[in-house]
Amino acid sequence: MNTIKDRAALIAEAAKKMNKEVYNDSEVKKNITPRHELQRKSSKVVTLEEAIKKSGLKNGMTISFHHHFRGGDKVINMVVAKLAEMGFKDLHLASSSLIDVHEPLIEHIRNGVITQISTSGLRGALANEISHGLMKEPVVFRSHGSRGYAIKSGELHIDVAFLGASSSDPLGNAAGFSTSENAKSICGSLGYALPDAKYADHTIILTDDLVDYPNQHNAISEADVEFVVVVDSVGDSSKISSGAIRDTKNPRDILLAKQAAKVVMNSGYFENGFSLQTGSGGASLAVTKYLRQGMIDKGIKASFALGGITSHMVKLHQEGLIGRLIDVQSFDKVAAESLMNDPLHKSVSANEYAAMLEPGSATHFLDVVILSALEVDVNFNVNVLVGSDGIIRGAIGGHPDTAADSALSVIVCPLLRGRIPCVVDEVTTLITPGSNVDVVVTEYGIAVNPKRPEIKERLLAAGLNIVDIHELAEKARSIIGNPAPLPFGDKVVGIVLNRDGSVQDVIKNITE
Amino acid sequence: MFVPGNNPGMMQDAFIYGPDSIMLDLEDSVTMAEKDTARLLVHNALKTIDYGNTEMVVRINPLNTPYGKKDIEAVVKAGVHVIRMPKTETADEVREVEAEIEKVEREIGCLGRTQIMAAIESTLGVINAYDIAVASKRMMGIALGAEDYSANLKTQRSPEGMELLLARQTIVVAARAAGIDALDTVYSNLNDMETFRKEVELIKQLGFDGKSIINPRQIEVVNEVFAPKEKDIQKSLTILAAIKEAEKRGSGVIAVNGKMVDRPVVIRAQRTIDLAIASGIIKKEDIA
Amino acid sequence: MEIKNAVAGTLESGDILIQIAPTDTSGLQIELESSVMYQFGAQIKNVITETLTALGVTDAAVKATDKGALDCTIRARVTAAAVRATGKDVWAD
Repeated sequence: MNTIKDRAALIAEAAKKMNKEVYNDSEVKKNITPRHELQRKSSKVVTLEEAIKKSGLKNGMTISFHHHFRGGDKVINMVVAKLAEMGFKDLHLASSSLIDVHEPLIEHIRNGVITQISTSGLRGALANEISHGLMKEPVVFRSHGSRGYAIKSGELHIDVAFLGASSSDPLGNAAGFSTSENAKSICGSLGYALPDAKYADHTIILTDDLVDYPNQHNAISEADVEFVVVVDSVGDSSKISSGAIRDTKNPRDILLAKQAAKVVMNSGYFENGFSLQTGSGGASLAVTKYLRQGMIDKGIKASFALGGITSHMVKLHQEGLIGRLIDVQSFDKVAAESLMNDPLHKSVSANEYAAMLEPGSATHFLDVVILSALEVDVNFNVNVLVGSDGIIRGAIGGHPDTAADSALSVIVCPLLRGRIPCVVDEVTTLITPGSNVDVVVTEYGIAVNPKRPEIKERLLAAGLNIVDIHELAEKARSIIGNPAPLPFGDKVVGIVLNRDGSVQDVIKNITE
Repeated sequence: MFVPGNNPGMMQDAFIYGPDSIMLDLEDSVTMAEKDTARLLVHNALKTIDYGNTEMVVRINPLNTPYGKKDIEAVVKAGVHVIRMPKTETADEVREVEAEIEKVEREIGCLGRTQIMAAIESTLGVINAYDIAVASKRMMGIALGAEDYSANLKTQRSPEGMELLLARQTIVVAARAAGIDALDTVYSNLNDMETFRKEVELIKQLGFDGKSIINPRQIEVVNEVFAPKEKDIQKSLTILAAIKEAEKRGSGVIAVNGKMVDRPVVIRAQRTIDLAIASGIIKKEDIA
Repeated sequence: MEIKNAVAGTLESGDILIQIAPTDTSGLQIELESSVMYQFGAQIKNVITETLTALGVTDAAVKATDKGALDCTIRARVTAAAVRATGKDVWAD
């Protein structure tokens, strides 16, 4: 006979050999709850305080955040306030960026809750205080690509990630938008948060729309999520497109954008199947508008557009002028909604977007990038982080990543902002090395890096106003006069890392 | 391009948009309380800011106001190229302005430097257009100011501009007969570029030499419509070549086809070439 | 020189607002607020002092609020304020 009873001894023997228990059917109890009830709950859903406690967060550890809600972000201030209330000290805050709205961090730094910061950028009162020496430890600045890679490689080890999401199911499948009728917020891509979700020791999702399982089109997978916290609001979506992003009516920006579009169209890279990225800043964003006409006139289509995706890019995509959109950050609501609805509009994580050491980074396949700058110097070095007054007021973003990896990098910046010169002898802080910067477009002329003589030839042939970059610096000086040296102190308040991980520059404190 | 004389930011920036001519305004865009400080701003801007090859015009207040005389002194001393007289109705007014200009020019020793442009903004002005155009050898152009003119006509401006037809044609005819430029009025709806383009096409067809604008965004349309024709480009190239030749010989006097060429003609030739390069009609390296 | 309170200029970008008032003490007291204080504070004060001195205004309290004005604009606004304060124009009547 060969019934299961007859095989009992053999089963027990096999179990013993494998060091396992023998299956016991009488212990199995089927869950007969209707599944739509189960889809609404999970033991992962806890309060913020419980999540923090259960994560095992300790003083001295590293916490991380993303800044996809930009000026509308509510997560960082909420979580750090809670951590302060719970008595945490000496934490390392690693955010993808920090902006004006994060001013309350000043108090938490003074009180010793936060003692270290890693970020891509700093703006507003927080940046001003830090520039004046608020922190003992210097802030570590990384580009988006190198932050992503540093998290992956363990160089930037994250203990607990607090990631805001516009929707999550009780298991932690989360997205930057919500398709439910209770949707409260939308930020689109969660690209900067994806390395954190994947590589942090503990990932906590904060959401203002807990939806039934399964939350489809999720960017973050439940497998990476330990806790889900429901809050009133993770962010004010109406403020996503504030800050650096604005659709310009400024005639100077329009002039710069038109010139930059002419540069791209005559650069030799404006061919069917080319790929394109634009950075933040009124003029560089507006370039898309003027490239569109050129694409229509010449019958040229782009294979993909990368990076911060804007409504202009979405429009071109919908018109069939751009094949696919690869979105690490949605720059406005139109872009965020397109990501939600359009299968050819995909999000990408920060390291797959722009990490130098990630072979598949999208930036490696980028033809043309159009970027803004606070300052460019006569060696084509660019500063996008520290103002001409020595105070931190910007973000590295993907600037050095895209400039280095693209076939053609075009910087668009006015020669003068009020009485502040933007073409100078030496940048206040080195962010993107001049060896990666090809063309600088100003309202007083276009300068081409001597390393790219073929580009200069093509632009001259197109009748563009090509000038020597030294002439631009001289022009600025003749209009505004010679600025006095800045009152820098001796303390290092910021360290700028190159995308290869080396230390590229330091930022000193301002004393007045 | 009109630029309010009381806005330093706009006065600094106007140059970068590449208008042929910048007109700093002391008249309608400046309130009575700000006339004194606008005059000083314009004076200092003209003296200091590098406007390159751009023709610099200042619209002064009429001489029958307390501001007109001081305006003339301030801008002539600062080296303005052209003074634009507002609301010009008679040749006598032109001669009065000319006398004031001469007084200041004598004082600083640059007699004959300043040119005059007269804006015709009333029915009487239109009737006297030719007399105005020939009232002074300094007169370089006459322009239509359509807002005041249509009010004076007891009508309003329409998109088709039928109400302006007689004034426009009178001004072009008077300017041509006097051998000076005819310039058209502004179009102020920045959001209606279509109607603006139609108007520019119309006035070009009527024979005007240019169009007054109020915003850099309007420049491109005017340039497109007025893009120089092959004939003008050839003529300008001949003039510029003659200049080079004269410079080589060290001669200050330049003649082309037996005709004396003076500075405004040279500037205009250079502008035609700049415009032709900007419109992509010719290339920089084609010019020897 | 006898002066009264006077103002010239605006707070628009690229402009400067100059307020002049009489003072009991001698000399020029200049109080400057500027968006480019570090780089151009000293130079702006110089231009103000030079311009006023040339116009014979030696004793005054000056408050300047600068929004990135160029020297030529500062000179114009200071002159206008001084003319208003003294009642003596720089142009012939």
